[in-house]
Amino acid sequence: MENVLQIIGVENYIYLATLLFAVGAFGLLYRRNAIVMFMSIEIMLNAANLLLVVFSNYHQDASGQVFVFFSMAVAAAEVAIGLAILVSIYRNMGSIDIDKLKNLKG
Amino acid sequence: MELSILITIILPLVGFLLLFLGGRNISNKLSGSIATLTVTASFVLSILIFTSIKNTGKPLRIHLFDWMQFANFKIDFAFHIDQLNALWLLFVTGIGALIHWYSTSYMKGDDDYNKFFSYLNLFVFFMLVLVSGSNLMMMFIGWEGVGLCSYLLIGFWHKNQAFNDAAKKAFIMNRIGDLGFLIGAFILISLYNTIDFVELRQLTEHGTSLAALPLLGGATLALFVAAAGKSAQIPLYTWLPDAMAGPTPVSALIHAATMVTAGIFMITRLNFIFDLTPDTQTVIAVVGALTSLLAASIGLAQNDIKKVLAYSTVSQLGLMFLAIGLGAYEIAVFHVITHAFFKACLFLGSGSVIHAVGGEQDMRHMGGLKKYMGITYITFLISSLAISGIPPFSGFFSKDEILMTAFHNNIVLYVIGSLASIMTAFYMFRLIYLTFFNQFRGTEEQKAHLHESPKSMTTPLIVLAILATVGGAISFPGNSWLNDFLAPAIVHNAAAHPHELGTTEYMLMAVAIIGAIIGIGLAYNKYGKNKFVPGNDNQLSGIQKVLSNKFYIDEIYHALIVTPINWLGTVFKTISEPLIAGIVLSFGKLAHELSYQGKKAQNGNIGLYLFAFVFGICAIVYYLFIR
Repeated sequence: MENVLQIIGVENYIYLATLLFAVGAFGLLYRRNAIVMFMSIEIMLNAANLLLVVFSNYHQDASGQVFVFFSMAVAAAEVAIGLAILVSIYRNMGSIDIDKLKNLKG
Repeated sequence: MELSILITIILPLVGFLLLFLGGRNISNKLSGSIATLTVTASFVLSILIFTSIKNTGKPLRIHLFDWMQFANFKIDFAFHIDQLNALWLLFVTGIGALIHWYSTSYMKGDDDYNKFFSYLNLFVFFMLVLVSGSNLMMMFIGWEGVGLCSYLLIGFWHKNQAFNDAAKKAFIMNRIGDLGFLIGAFILISLYNTIDFVELRQLTEHGTSLAALPLLGGATLALFVAAAGKSAQIPLYTWLPDAMAGPTPVSALIHAATMVTAGIFMITRLNFIFDLTPDTQTVIAVVGALTSLLAASIGLAQNDIKKVLAYSTVSQLGLMFLAIGLGAYEIAVFHVITHAFFKACLFLGSGSVIHAVGGEQDMRHMGGLKKYMGITYITFLISSLAISGIPPFSGFFSKDEILMTAFHNNIVLYVIGSLASIMTAFYMFRLIYLTFFNQFRGTEEQKAHLHESPKSMTTPLIVLAILATVGGAISFPGNSWLNDFLAPAIVHNAAAHPHELGTTEYMLMAVAIIGAIIGIGLAYNKYGKNKFVPGNDNQLSGIQKVLSNKFYIDEIYHALIVTPINWLGTVFKTISEPLIAGIVLSFGKLAHELSYQGKKAQNGNIGLYLFAFVFGICAIVYYLFIR
């Protein structure tokens, strides 16, 4: 089987990952809805995962891909807890607009 | 015998501990008895020690343990009793016991009766340590201890702030002397590598190198400063008149008979070292003579009965230092002993008077007490005759020996000493005429209250008056038992002992007696016959005002020493304190300001936090990869 990197080229993956990360970061800063921000964070995480897979393939070393599995497992757990926190916030405040979450103020 | 020394010294300490720990649980009657009995027992044992030394002529030594030890220098914790301090033991415990007994009546009704006796016992203990220590450091324990007790007892009526100030003054003045004591001791250590009296004496007898003499002179001068502080000499004498704030028995025991003679004892103990430094001896003689004249002249114009006696004490101590400075140590010791008798009697007599007139000390409000208190009057008169130098009372012999010695050494010192003696006769009889003769000048209430003191107060007076009368017998001119007894303890200095009684000596005696009679006559003429009573202080003028204000010495000291120190304190307070406090406090202020400003960043806006994260990551990436 032909290597996907030889068909598309490794630099394109890097561009894509950078783009994804930038989209995520921009979404995180720009949106005020906690769930959307959460999704933006996941996008950034996946951009990093994508890079790990790409470089793993590029270096012909499987450990990068193994690392991604762990990363995804942790991300899944983190999503579960994050969403649970968001539900709890919604129940208490009736909103998930982060501008209204100012109780942490020192 | 060695054991009895230990018991003699320990007994008053036991008394102190009993009274101090027992506190108010012990009844007043019992506490007075405990205190008196312990000191009396010490006195009985002292007699034993004294007779033993008198018979055998051998010093006794009891070594308890090694106190400090450095490479090849060690200080023993030991007591050494020879002829000199056996004598001191005897009169310290003897007069101490009498005064304890007297105090049981005098202090009756005082709130802190037990505390008074515990302090008095502690004082006797420290005095015995001072006297019987075998080296300078042992002496220093007692030296500091008696200073402490003096402080506690001067400020005994501590609700009066003036009395507390007097106590502090005494303590601070004594501290100046204590510094001299330590400096002197350290110089002796560096020179001889020992401060044991016996070893020091052996070393000095083997000769001292000429190179060491200037340093030795420094040591003796420093030790004299210590003696001047303790024994109230110029320039450190001002604390003693103020020390009269204490109860009268304390004035009698501590500030007349025993503690203030510690300086003379110390110099006599070290006579073999002082003999090596004639310059210091000259200083001592001059200071002693000047002190005796200055204090006697101040005594002329005092109206407080105890102040007169206090200045007379300073004056007599000055005469003792004059004798010491002339190398006549045993004459100084002789005068210490006779002075202890008659001055203790005078103070206790004044206490009896103060007791009778209900606490009044101003002689202008006394008078005519002769017919109310006969025993007090007679004992007081005897002691006054003794201090004025009228034969056959004891003071005549000792004072006359001092003046004779002065005459043979330096005519100026003789004139000063004689002048002081004439003044002494004058102010003592001024005191007697104002107090005991003519009409009573107090209130009617006081007049109704006038009474002779109880037996426990008059008996000590009688005993002391007898001693003041016959005390001179221990050293007749020409045939001195005291000189022979003290000979082993004191290195003989032949020049200071004019014992061949010739025409000159009899002339001097006659001059001294005539001088004393002139002093008494002047006092009789003014205060006895013409019934003169000193007016209020603000009516005085000229020399009388200067004398009444004690030559303004306190004011001068205040201006020269206290004010500059206060000024220095103010300078530090106004300049240094803000500076240092400013630096220290500014660190705290800085931390506070930083955190206060930093707090504003944590405003709870999650968007801002996220922006900070992203910005931070961008900065890190820029720094690590792109720069």
